[in-house]
Amino acid sequence: MTGLPVSSKAPPPAGMSSGGGLRARLPFLIPLVVLAVIAAYFYVGLGRDPHVVPSVLIDQPVPDLALPPILGRDRGLTTADLKGEVSLLNVFGSWCVACRVEHPLLMALAEQGVVPIHGVNWREPTPEAGPNWLDRLGDPYTLVGADPDSRAAIALGVAGAPETFVIDAAGMIRYKHTGPITPDDWERTLWPIIRKLQAE
Amino acid sequence: MADHPEAAGGMRRRLVKAVVVLVAILLMSGTGQAGGIQPDEILADPALEARAREIGRELRCLVCQNQSIDDSNAELARDMRILVRARLQASDTDREVLDYVVSRYGDFVRLRPPFKASTLLLWFGPALILAAGGLAMVLFVRRRAGIEDSLPPLSEVEQARLEALLGDRPR
Repeated sequence: MTGLPVSSKAPPPAGMSSGGGLRARLPFLIPLVVLAVIAAYFYVGLGRDPHVVPSVLIDQPVPDLALPPILGRDRGLTTADLKGEVSLLNVFGSWCVACRVEHPLLMALAEQGVVPIHGVNWREPTPEAGPNWLDRLGDPYTLVGADPDSRAAIALGVAGAPETFVIDAAGMIRYKHTGPITPDDWERTLWPIIRKLQAE
Repeated sequence: MADHPEAAGGMRRRLVKAVVVLVAILLMSGTGQAGGIQPDEILADPALEARAREIGRELRCLVCQNQSIDDSNAELARDMRILVRARLQASDTDREVLDYVVSRYGDFVRLRPPFKASTLLLWFGPALILAAGGLAMVLFVRRRAGIEDSLPPLSEVEQARLEALLGDRPR
C-alpha cells in the first residue's frame, strides 16, 4: 500500500502525461475494447450452425447432370429437365431420417401442384431401396434421377441430405435450403422466393 | 490328421499364427489410415495415387468437418476420393481437381485456407496479436523503469526501517 502515494510525492513519471483525460484512461479502455471485439466475434460465431455451409452455387447454372432413372422408372433427370419453369431440386435418400421428416410436406406440395419437385436419389445402399421408399410413402417427385456414387451430389456441393435447391426458369440455382423443410421454412422463406421467381 | 495335429507342433503353429496376426494388426493401425482410404480405392499407378493423397489431405470432409477426406470414413468422403482419382485418371492437373471441388463447396472445403484479401486477418492475426502484446510489454517495462528512476532515494529513517523489517524475516 505504501507504493501508491508515490506518484503524488514524486514528479509525474514519464509516459503519464499531466493532462490526464483520455490518455490516462487508455490502459483501462484497451482491454474493454478487446473484450467487446472478442464478445462480438463469439456471439456471431457460436450462434452459427457449422453444418450450414453457405452455397457458392447461388446464381450459377445447375451443373451438368445426366442421372439415370431409379429402378423401375424409364426417365432419369438431366440438366435440360430443370429449364423452362421454376422448380425445386430435392436431394434425398431412403436412409435419411430428415428426408422422411420433410416427406409429408413435399407430398402436400405435389398435391397442390404449386411447383414441380424433382428428386436426386442419393447413394442408396441397393437399387431397390429408393423406389421402395417412394412406393411405400408416396412419390412427390415429377422426375427422379439416381446418384449412387455422389457425382451429382458433389457437383451440387451437397454435404448432407436433405438439401433443396430453388431453380429458376433459366436453370439457375437461386436458393439452397439445408436440412428438412419445415412448414415454417416453406411459408417464410421458400414459397416467397418461388412466387417471386415465378412472377419474373 | 489335419484335425488332430501333433500336440506340440500344433501349439507352436498356433502361437506363430497368433503372433503373425497381432503383428499385422499393429502394423495396420500404425499407418494412421484406419478410417480413411480403402484398399479398393487405391490406384494401380503409384505416381497418380501419390498425387491423389496429396489432394485428399487438402480437402475437408463435409460430414465430419475436421478431418480430411483421406482420414474420414464417411461415405461422401469416400465418393470424393474416388472422384479425385477419376479426375486424375482423366488427366486433370492437381490444381484443376482442387479447383473443381472448391467451385462446388467454396473455400470451406480446403483445410488450408487460401491466401486472399478476405483471409488476411486469418493469416496475419496471430502475428498482429503477438506484435501488439510485445509492444505493450515494452511500453510497460519502459514506463516502470521511468518510475523507478524518478523516485527519490530512501531517507535514512526509511533505510533503517527497511533493514529492520528485512532483518525480522525468519531465516
